[in-house]
Amino acid sequence: MNEKTTPLIKFDSVVKRFPGVVANDEVSFEVEEGTIHSLLGENGAGKTTLMKILYGLYRQNSGSIYLRGEKTEIDSPTKAIELGIGMVHQHFKLVSNHTVIENIALGLSDVSVTRPTQQIERKLIELAGKYGLEVDPRAKIWQLSAGEKQRVEILRALYRGAEILILDEPTSVLTPGETERLFGVLEEMVTGGKNVIFITHKLDEVMKISDRVTVLREGRVIDTLDTASTNKQELSKKMVGREVLFDLERNPCDRGENVLEVEGITGYNDKGVVAVDDLSFSVCEGEILGVAGVAGNGQRELAEVLTGLREATSGRVLINGKDLTNASPREIAEERVAHVPEDRIKQGIVGKLTLSDNAILKNYRKKPFSRGMFINYRKVKEWTKDLIEEFNVKVPGADTPANLLSGGNIQKLILGREVSSDPRLIIASHPTYGLDVGAAEQIRNLLLKQRDNGVAVLLISENLTEVTSLSDRIAVIFEGNLMGLVERNETTRDEIGMMMAGTRFEQLER
Amino acid sequence: MIEAWVIGTLARTLAYGTPLLLGTLGEIYSERSGVVNLGVEGMMIMGAISAFATAFTTGNPWLGILVAAIAGGLAALVHAFASITLRANQVVSGLALTMLGLGLSGLFGKGFEGKPLDSTISNVTVPLLKDIPYLGKILFIDQNPIVYISIVLTPILSYILFKTSIGITIRSVGENPAAADSAGINVWKVRYACVLLGGVLAGIAGGYLSIAYRPAWTQGMTGGMGWLVIALTIFASWKPGRGLVGAYIFGALIHLSYRLQPFVAPQLLKMMPYAFAILALVALAIGPGKQKSEEPNSLMEPYVRGEK
Amino acid sequence: MQEYLPFEITERPNPSGFVIITVSLLALLSAFLVASFVFWAYGTNPITAYTALFDGAFGGVYELSETIRRAIPLLLAGVGLVIAFKAQFWNIGAEGQLLLGTIAATWVALFSPVPEPLMVPAMFFFGFLAGSLWALVPAVLKSKLGINDVITTLMMNYIAINLVLFLVQGPWKGEHQWGFPYSDNFPAAAQLGTLGTTNVHWLTLVIGLVAAGLIYVLINRTTPGYEIRVLGSNPSAGRFAGMSYVKTSIMVMFISGGMAGMAGVGEIAGIHHMLRNPSELSLGYGYTAIIVAWLARKNPLAVILTAFFFGAIFAGGDALKVSLGLPFQITDVFNGLILFFLIGSEILMNYKFEWRRSP
Repeated sequence: MNEKTTPLIKFDSVVKRFPGVVANDEVSFEVEEGTIHSLLGENGAGKTTLMKILYGLYRQNSGSIYLRGEKTEIDSPTKAIELGIGMVHQHFKLVSNHTVIENIALGLSDVSVTRPTQQIERKLIELAGKYGLEVDPRAKIWQLSAGEKQRVEILRALYRGAEILILDEPTSVLTPGETERLFGVLEEMVTGGKNVIFITHKLDEVMKISDRVTVLREGRVIDTLDTASTNKQELSKKMVGREVLFDLERNPCDRGENVLEVEGITGYNDKGVVAVDDLSFSVCEGEILGVAGVAGNGQRELAEVLTGLREATSGRVLINGKDLTNASPREIAEERVAHVPEDRIKQGIVGKLTLSDNAILKNYRKKPFSRGMFINYRKVKEWTKDLIEEFNVKVPGADTPANLLSGGNIQKLILGREVSSDPRLIIASHPTYGLDVGAAEQIRNLLLKQRDNGVAVLLISENLTEVTSLSDRIAVIFEGNLMGLVERNETTRDEIGMMMAGTRFEQLER
Repeated sequence: MIEAWVIGTLARTLAYGTPLLLGTLGEIYSERSGVVNLGVEGMMIMGAISAFATAFTTGNPWLGILVAAIAGGLAALVHAFASITLRANQVVSGLALTMLGLGLSGLFGKGFEGKPLDSTISNVTVPLLKDIPYLGKILFIDQNPIVYISIVLTPILSYILFKTSIGITIRSVGENPAAADSAGINVWKVRYACVLLGGVLAGIAGGYLSIAYRPAWTQGMTGGMGWLVIALTIFASWKPGRGLVGAYIFGALIHLSYRLQPFVAPQLLKMMPYAFAILALVALAIGPGKQKSEEPNSLMEPYVRGEK
Repeated sequence: MQEYLPFEITERPNPSGFVIITVSLLALLSAFLVASFVFWAYGTNPITAYTALFDGAFGGVYELSETIRRAIPLLLAGVGLVIAFKAQFWNIGAEGQLLLGTIAATWVALFSPVPEPLMVPAMFFFGFLAGSLWALVPAVLKSKLGINDVITTLMMNYIAINLVLFLVQGPWKGEHQWGFPYSDNFPAAAQLGTLGTTNVHWLTLVIGLVAAGLIYVLINRTTPGYEIRVLGSNPSAGRFAGMSYVKTSIMVMFISGGMAGMAGVGEIAGIHHMLRNPSELSLGYGYTAIIVAWLARKNPLAVILTAFFFGAIFAGGDALKVSLGLPFQITDVFNGLILFFLIGSEILMNYKFEWRRSP
C-alpha cells in the first residue's frame, strides 16, 4: 500500500466517556482505502462504541474523525448514510414484524412515497444477485434465519450506497459454513471498490479475512498492524495484555448416576413453531454435557422446558429419577436444580432491588431467611455478605441496587446464589456471554469445580471454544434436532461445525 | 314498522359512531408510533368546549371545528412532551391530561352552560344517492358532513399506514425504534407528529359533539367516549378499517341505550357499551387469531438511544 | 433526544431521599405557578385565590377538620393503590371499587338481617369484599388473559356509576325522600361517630392509618410482599424464581379494591348516611387517590402525608367555590397539573443533566 495516499478514515484522539467509564481513550488510527480492516478486542474494549461514533449514533466527547482527509462531524446516522457509511449491528436493527422490503424502505429518502415497495423489490433483487446475498424480499424478518437477517442488513446498507461497511461481530450468529459464505461476500465487495470494517474478538477471523488490524484494549489503541506481518499469539497477547491459556485445567471425568434424563421432548417457541424436536439425552453426576449450536436453534426453548418455564408438548423429563415433565419452576428448583438463565439482566436479577433481595430470589421462602410470612432481613444480609465475599462480587454493599453491578459481577452473584443451594444439577445458559476474559475464566472454573464435586452440569453455549474446553460430552443441536452426541476427545471442531450446520453425526465422513 | 325502526337506528348509529371513529383513528396513529395516549377523553372535551365557545362567539361553526382541532392538538403536545421528551409514564401522563381537560373545560365552560347555539353544522341530504333503496335512507338522508369526512378519512389513513413509506416509518418507530433510529429516522419527531394527529382528531371529535351532533355545551359531555376509544383501538387491532366497524358497533350500542329506554332501565342500558368493551376484549383474547401480534412492540416504551 | 439537546442526560439509578423530596416540592410549586395563570385567565386574582384556598384548608379547626375528612377516603384508597402500583398493576378503578363499597354498606344498613350492634363491622367487611370482588375481574382478566388493566378498571368505573344510579333511582329509591334519587337514611346504628361537631369519622381514619402501617410491613418485610416487589419490577425474573403472577395479581387487587371499598363505606356511613348520586358520594376520590399514591412514590407511609395534602386541595377547592364562585372543577385542574409536573419531574430525579462540552 502506498504510504502517501490519504487514509480513508482517520481517527484522531477520539475520546468517549460514559458515566464511570472511559469507553474510548484518545483513540487514533487510520483505515486505508480498499481494505478489510479488523477491530480486535475483548468485550468492553470499546470497539462498538467507536464504530457507533463513526456511524453517528454517539458523539465523541473530544477528538476528530477525518474522512478522506476532511474533518467530518457525523452527528446522526442520516449524516453517516449520506457520507456512504453503513453499519450492520451485532443485534440486528430490523423490525421483525415487517417484511424485508419494508425494512429496506425504512428511512430511504429517494423512494416513491405512495408506492415504495415495487420500486425497491426490483433494485433489491438486482443487488442481491450481484453480491450473492439472496433473500426473499417479501418474507417477514422473523421468518428468516440469522444468516438471512444479516444479509438483509448488508443489503440495506448497500442499497443506501454504502462505500464503507461496518460489521459488528458478524459471525457470532453464523454457522462455520455461513461464515465462509459471508467472507466470500466481503471479499467480493472489496474487489468491487467497497471498504469493510470488521469488529471481532476472534483471532482466526482476523487472520483469515482482514488486511489490517487495530487492537483495542480497555478503550485504548494498543497497535495497528498488517495481518501479513503478525500472528495469532502476538495478537492475543496484545488483545488480552497477557498470555492466554487456551485450555483449562481439568480432572478426568468421574461419571456417576444419571441426574437428568430427557426422553423425546418437543416444545414450541413463542411464534408457535417447533423449536425443540424430539430431543433425548442424559446428564450424569460429575459430568458437564455441552450443548453446541448456532444461536436460535432451540437452545433457549430447551432450557426453558427443562426448568418449567415452557410447556413440553410431548416426551418426558426425569430429574433424580422423578418425572418432572411440565412441573412448575418451583417444583423443579425443589429437586435441587440450579438455573443460570440466558438473559441475566431480564431473568436473573431484579435490577431495582438490592443485592440482598436478589440473593434470596430462589430461597426467600426457606429458613432461615423467612419464618412463616416474615422475612428476616438480618439473616438475609449476613448471608449476602458471605456470598459477596465467597464469590468475589465487587460491590459497595448488600444494600446496593443490583443494576449498578457490571455484567461479570451480576453473573457471579447469580452463580453464587444458585450454587449455594447445594444443587444436583446446574443448567447454565450462556454463562460467560458478554463477560471479560477474567470474569469468564472465574465462571468457567466455578462450573468445573461443581462438576468435580459431583454435580451434573448442562452447559448451553454458542461459544464453541467454551463448549469444547469445558464439556465432557457434547450434544450438537440444529433446528431443535439432535445432530449428534459425542465424547469431547473423540471429535474435532470441524465435525462439530458440520453438525451445527445441519449434518447428522452418522452422515459425517469420518 | 320494524324496517323503519332498523333503518332509523342504523342511520343514528353513524351519528353516534362518528366521534368514536375520529378518536380511534387518531389513537391508532399515536399507538402505532409507540405512544399510548389515555388523554383522549380530555382532548375530546377540550375540543368540545373550544368548538362551542368559538362557534358561539363568532357564529362560524367550521371555525369552531378548526379551533377544536387546534385545542386537541395542543393538549396532545403536552402529553407528547411529558411522555416522549421527559420519558414520563404514558399511563399516568394520559390520566393527567384527562383530569386537566375535564377541569379546564368545566372551568372555562361554565359561562356557556345551557346557552343555545344558533350556528351549527347542519345535516345534509345527498341528492340522487338518497334514492338508493335502504342504503340511501341510512347513509344519505339527514347526515352530518363530519360523518362523511370521517368515513372518507378511514381508507386514506389506512392506505397511508400500510402502503406508503410514511406508514412504514410510523410502524417501524412503534415496533422497533432503535432500528428506525439506526436507519436515520428521527424517532421523536415521528412520535410527536403521530400524537399530534391523535389530538387533532380527538379535538374534532369533541367539536362534532358540541356543535354538530348535539349543539349545546354541558360539562363532562363526552361521558366516557374517550375511554371507549382506547378500548376500540385494541379491539380494532390498530387497523383503521376495523376501527370503523368497531366505532359503529359502539355507536349502535350508545344509540340503543337511548332507544330502548321504554323497555329497560336507562342506567342499565348505559352500562352496555362499557360492559361490551370488556367482553369484546375477552372475546379477542380467548378467540382464535393472532390479534396480540398486531400490538406495536414498543408501545409505552420511551425511546432512549444507546440502550439495547 | 439526547443528541438534539445541549446537555447530556445520564442515569442516576439510586436517587437520595433529599433529591426525591426536593424535586417533588419543586414540581408542586411549578404546578401552583401554572395554576395561577389559570386563575388569572379566569379573571380571579391568583393571590386572592391562594389565600382563600389556604384559609379554606387550614384557616381554623373546622377548616382543618374538613381537610382531614377529605383525606380519609384518599388515604384508604391511596394505600390500596400503592400496593397495586408496586405490582405494576394499573388500577385506575378505585372510583368504581369505592362505589361498590357504598353499595355494600347500604345493603348492610338497610336491607340485610345483620343485627344493629354488628352493623358497623359488617359494613366494613362487606364493603371491603365488594370492592375486592369488583377489582378481581380486571385482576383475573389481566393475569390470565393478558387484557389491558387500564381499560378494564376504567370501564368498571362507568359500570359502577350506572349501577349506583340504577339502585337509587330504581329498587333502592327511598320511600321517605320526597322523590329525590336517594336511598332511605341509614339507621343510627349504621352511622359512624364523628369527632365533636366535625365531619371526621374517626374510625375510618384509624382503619386507614393502621392499614398504611400494615401494608408497609407487608410490602417490605414479608414473602408475599417480596413477591410483589419482584414481580412488579421484573416479572420474568419472578417467573424464573417460581413465583405465580396470577396469584400475586389477585392478592394485590383483592387488597387494593378492598381498601377502596372501605373508603366508600367510610364516606357513606360517616358523611352521607344514604346512597345517592355517585358524583356526590365520591367527588372523584378514586382518581385523586392515583395522584396520592404517585406523589407518595409508592410508599404506604408517605400516603398519610400526601392524602392530607390532597385533602387540603379538596377542602380549599370547596372554599374557592363558596367564596369566589369558582366551579368545583378547579380541583381537577389542580390535580391534573400536579400530576403532570410530578411525572415530568421524575426525569430530574432519575437522571442527571450535564452540559455538553463542545467537542
